Amino acid sequence: MKKPARTHRLWLAYMLHRLSGIGLVLFLPIHFWLLSLALTDRAAMADALQFTAHPLVKIAEYGLVFLLAVHLFGGVRLLVLEWARPVSNRWTDVHKTLAAFAVALAFAVSTLFFLRAL
Amino acid sequence: MTSKDDVLSVSVWRQTDDETGTFQQFDVPRQESQTVLDIVSYIQQNLDSTLTYRFACRVGMCGSCAMMVNGEPRWTCRTHVQKAAVDGKLQIAPLRNLPVIKDLVTDMDPFFDKWTKAEGVHHPSATRHDAIVPVDTTTAQRTIANEGIECINCAICYAACDTVSGNGDYLGPAALQRAWTLVNDERDGGHETVLDAVSQNDGCHNCHSMGSCTHYCPNELNPMKAIAGLKRETAKSWLKW
Repeated sequence: MKKPARTHRLWLAYMLHRLSGIGLVLFLPIHFWLLSLALTDRAAMADALQFTAHPLVKIAEYGLVFLLAVHLFGGVRLLVLEWARPVSNRWTDVHKTLAAFAVALAFAVSTLFFLRAL
Repeated sequence: MTSKDDVLSVSVWRQTDDETGTFQQFDVPRQESQTVLDIVSYIQQNLDSTLTYRFACRVGMCGSCAMMVNGEPRWTCRTHVQKAAVDGKLQIAPLRNLPVIKDLVTDMDPFFDKWTKAEGVHHPSATRHDAIVPVDTTTAQRTIANEGIECINCAICYAACDTVSGNGDYLGPAALQRAWTLVNDERDGGHETVLDAVSQNDGCHNCHSMGSCTHYCPNELNPMKAIAGLKRETAKSWLKW
């Protein structure tokens, strides 16, 4: 049986929030492991940090910063959705706009990060 | 001689046994302003009288004719074929997230059981011997209550909800919206009872705010907003705020 169409904005925002969350969960152990090298093996850490100079890694970092930012702003959006007393008569439209803003802000922040990293 | 445009290719879900079924193909003549319910009725009256479906009012009041139309939950009596058909084709199936009794008829018991479980019933705050207290329709709280009262129990939101698909015990958008209406109804004497009922394991805090309930509600109600309200009130009640 066909599944219902899920191309509406708030469903996509929901899915982006989940996927970015999963992406961050997968990345964080590597991140903490790398940080732990500062205490256990400085030489290995220096080697690992050299690896981050590679252009492909920079592009991957662009993606990571986007995931982090979109999860952060998406999380704020959900806090507003659940905790702010609705004031607008067009509540759903407001939240669709907020979802779009979260993505736009995340894109701006991560692009800025990428441009600085180049 | 009929041209291709005069005939609609319709595939309709037929239940073969308790567990499964298959889509059956029908060609139905097109007519102006035809609704999806008209198509199903045409099939039942002219092509296969064993087709089982449910409807009553045909004008969007009773909430009994909802089905999955081309994969989306819709009230079939108010859905024009012209808008729902894709490339001259329609796929009609029973509502998602509910057990199928036969063909296009789902068992609505789990849906209505959850209304009761969410305490979506009136809790009297006065007796018949008390004077009738007028309800001020202009208060902010009454405005919130009014937002949900046009629900026709069609279960479209319930069929649209992926959280219901993932957790069969989740109370679902319709029952929770009913609960929110009661919490804001000054005549209801069970506000705490309702908040307790909806904050259980399978209650409002399961909602992931996907918004499909609101997106598909044929009466343009906003169950997602109601559930957000319940989340806020139950959390405040827990925090004794």
